[in-house]
Amino acid sequence: MNSLQLLPDTASTFAVQWNWLFWMLVAVCGAVSTAVAVLLIYWTLRYHRKNDNEFPQQIQGNIKVETAWTLIPFILFVGMFAWGAELYFKIEKPPANAREVYVVAKQWMWKLQYTNGQREINTLHVPVGEPIRLVMTSEDAIHSFFIPAFRVKQDVLPARYTTLWFQATKPGKYHLFCAEYCGTKHSGMIGWVYAMEPHEFERWLEQGGAEGSLASTGEKLFHQFGCSNCHHFDSQGRCPVLTNLFGHRVRLLDGRTILADETYIREKILRPRAEPIEGYLDSVMPTFEGQLNEEQLLALIAYIKAIGPAPGTQQPTSSGTSSQSLGQQPGIAGPGATSISGSKPGDR
Amino acid sequence: MSTLVKIPAAETPNYLTEGRGIRSWLLTTDHKRIALLYLASVTVFFFIGGIFALLMRLELVTPASDLVSPHTYNELFSMHGIIMVWFFLIPSIPNTLGNFLIPMMIGAKDLAYPKINLASWYVFMLGGTITLYSMFRGGVDTGWTFYTPFSTIYSNTYVVGAALGIFVSGFASIMTGLNFIVTIHNMRAPGMTWFRLPLFIWSHYATSIIFVLATPVLAVTLLMVAVERIFQVGIFSSELGGDPVLFQHMFWFYSHPAVYIMVLPGMAVVSELVAAFSRKTIFGYTFVAFASVSIAVIGFLVWGHHMFVAGTSIYAAMYFSLLSYVVAVPSAIKVFNWTATVYKGSISWDTPMLYAIGFIGLFTIGGMTGLFLAALGIDVHVTDTYFVVAHFHYIMVGGTIMAFLGGIHYWWPKISGRMYPEGISKLSALTVFLGFNLTFFPQFVLGYLGMPRRYAAYPPEFQSLHVLSTAGATILGAGYLMPLIYLFWSWHYGPPAPPNPWRATGLEWQTSSPPPKQNFEITPVVTRKAYDYEGMKDELGLV
Repeated sequence: MNSLQLLPDTASTFAVQWNWLFWMLVAVCGAVSTAVAVLLIYWTLRYHRKNDNEFPQQIQGNIKVETAWTLIPFILFVGMFAWGAELYFKIEKPPANAREVYVVAKQWMWKLQYTNGQREINTLHVPVGEPIRLVMTSEDAIHSFFIPAFRVKQDVLPARYTTLWFQATKPGKYHLFCAEYCGTKHSGMIGWVYAMEPHEFERWLEQGGAEGSLASTGEKLFHQFGCSNCHHFDSQGRCPVLTNLFGHRVRLLDGRTILADETYIREKILRPRAEPIEGYLDSVMPTFEGQLNEEQLLALIAYIKAIGPAPGTQQPTSSGTSSQSLGQQPGIAGPGATSISGSKPGDR
Repeated sequence: MSTLVKIPAAETPNYLTEGRGIRSWLLTTDHKRIALLYLASVTVFFFIGGIFALLMRLELVTPASDLVSPHTYNELFSMHGIIMVWFFLIPSIPNTLGNFLIPMMIGAKDLAYPKINLASWYVFMLGGTITLYSMFRGGVDTGWTFYTPFSTIYSNTYVVGAALGIFVSGFASIMTGLNFIVTIHNMRAPGMTWFRLPLFIWSHYATSIIFVLATPVLAVTLLMVAVERIFQVGIFSSELGGDPVLFQHMFWFYSHPAVYIMVLPGMAVVSELVAAFSRKTIFGYTFVAFASVSIAVIGFLVWGHHMFVAGTSIYAAMYFSLLSYVVAVPSAIKVFNWTATVYKGSISWDTPMLYAIGFIGLFTIGGMTGLFLAALGIDVHVTDTYFVVAHFHYIMVGGTIMAFLGGIHYWWPKISGRMYPEGISKLSALTVFLGFNLTFFPQFVLGYLGMPRRYAAYPPEFQSLHVLSTAGATILGAGYLMPLIYLFWSWHYGPPAPPNPWRATGLEWQTSSPPPKQNFEITPVVTRKAYDYEGMKDELGLV
């Protein structure tokens, strides 16, 4: 039998902060539980019934004591809530300079692809000391991307993108699990995450990508599927110009504005007429639903990202409050645009 | 409690002897007999669910998937969950002890709608039969949570059959909840004011509200799963134009309150046990009473805490996290009040009290680990792991089943007219407590280490903890078998029970054991509060 392990690996910036809160909770809850247990056991022994005719003095209650043990736990709870929420905010807000990796989950495997075109299955290589942002979707049921050593987990849903970010701190080999039950071989949907020194990672990354970067694959698809017939790169086409689109807010026909993130672009490719854009009421764009698989969609998105401004200056923030200067062409809102209150799936 | 203590003569028929034969049981409208019908049924379901659990634990002794196939394992945990949640835990205390005791505790002859009460048992059995039939026809592998789109598109098992059984049994829950609410409002004996009610009644009242308000949402949700599965109408599946997360909202809108359906009756029992075996009124009666009601109300507002990594908005997550902490306050209040009740009491270590103390200990651990899960950042790592599995088993098994067994022992003299054997029952309480902790405590560690739930096979470094857990499950199984055997034995061979063997307050102890069909020879008039042990002392002439 294998040796007993009692502490999990701690290998990301988030994991370090997670441990602090976890052990604080263990200390507080442990102290209170022990106090209850000790008092309960001590009193049951101390006041053990001596004979069956014994009836104790009655105590109805005490309002001060009740108030104390209502308010003190409540204050402690609010503290726990605040600390937990602060940690959650960190894990839900990727930094702008994060390296992106695209993840497609299906029963029962993980397909991953880097922006340079390097692909892998059920393994993820990441450099230590650099934030990594995963853009994930599922081809079938709901899955969940879980790296215990990094203390991160995010459900992976069909027909939309969820994201997950982390920054590894310690080189090593760590478990990757699917954490949302997804059918017969759910427990086989596992793999490994290799956290590497940056120079080793770069060397590893160079090995792949023979078919070219993800964006160049996307560019080929852009021509192959005829997107380029309408989406010219001047304002002469019948369709919105895609330069500078990604990460900006787009004004819809009904006056709302919406952040052009991964989920938005996916929606526009598959269901272009669902929410008409200002200036393009009579959309002539055909639907591509059923014609593109998840990997092709991600390649197209990578391409549209790439035709924005220089990489690094225009990364979207998931809060949708990008403050960079906004584009000029119709359909892209000015700075005064109001945001849609947190209802969009991709808006997190 | 009542000024009138009248014991019927020995030859007067009691509820067990009045009317004999299978027909008199199957057509009875007596709440006490219906309680026993339910008791027998849920016991059968409990052991079926328990066998599934034991098979799972055996499979998990080794890291590889070897005893059963992964598909079979998935069916085992699904069927274990479905049977235990809907056919054991939810009806366990309300439909057995609640059914038996609510009319007696408030001084009524029966529930408000005796025929609906009997109908609820038939509906429950119909639902149970449909679910069992689908299970033995081919099983279901969706987990008890039926998450979409897996359940509506990808599972090739008897999803609709299992869902239909749950759908049908939901009507039994609604009937019972309705019956309890009407009974508690309208059938209280003269003088039985709201604040003279035993806390058992307050908790069951809160439970009934959840039964009536939450169960229809589950029914609607399961119906939509069936409609999508059969007719390919897009509701939850994105392939058909639906939203899979919508299902999770609807499911947990029922299933989180359902957790309180499972634990509030346990709290109901424990309040009675702690008072009776401390011979003391519950410390802060009104706080405990209103804690039950506030748990029922706030429990409806926390469902999103099951979905912190599901892809909902971070602001929604913050709201659900905060309210989850708020709902923990009344539970903490209850634990503190029970503990304070013991202070300066006259404590006996009879079996029901052992179970009650076990409940407080395990429920406290279960509740405290709930605080970990409610902390958003912590939940990201431990959700969907064994940490969650351990947490809810501490609440539902460590809590509810400890209370259920404690209550069965406490009221066994009233139910059967016989005393249970004290020695072996103490041993069983201890066995259950130790076996339970050995089974589920290692699972907290497993989850903390990152072992996901619902895994048929797992990495080898988790093996030691899984072996410990399985060893515990075997002990726990033995602990549960013991009461089954000796309680059956005592039904015939136990010494006859006096009307009030514990010298406890409560109207149910003022009538004979077992009670007559009408519960009381003369409707009692209530002049005192619940748990009035001063008055009990006076009555016994022990001033």
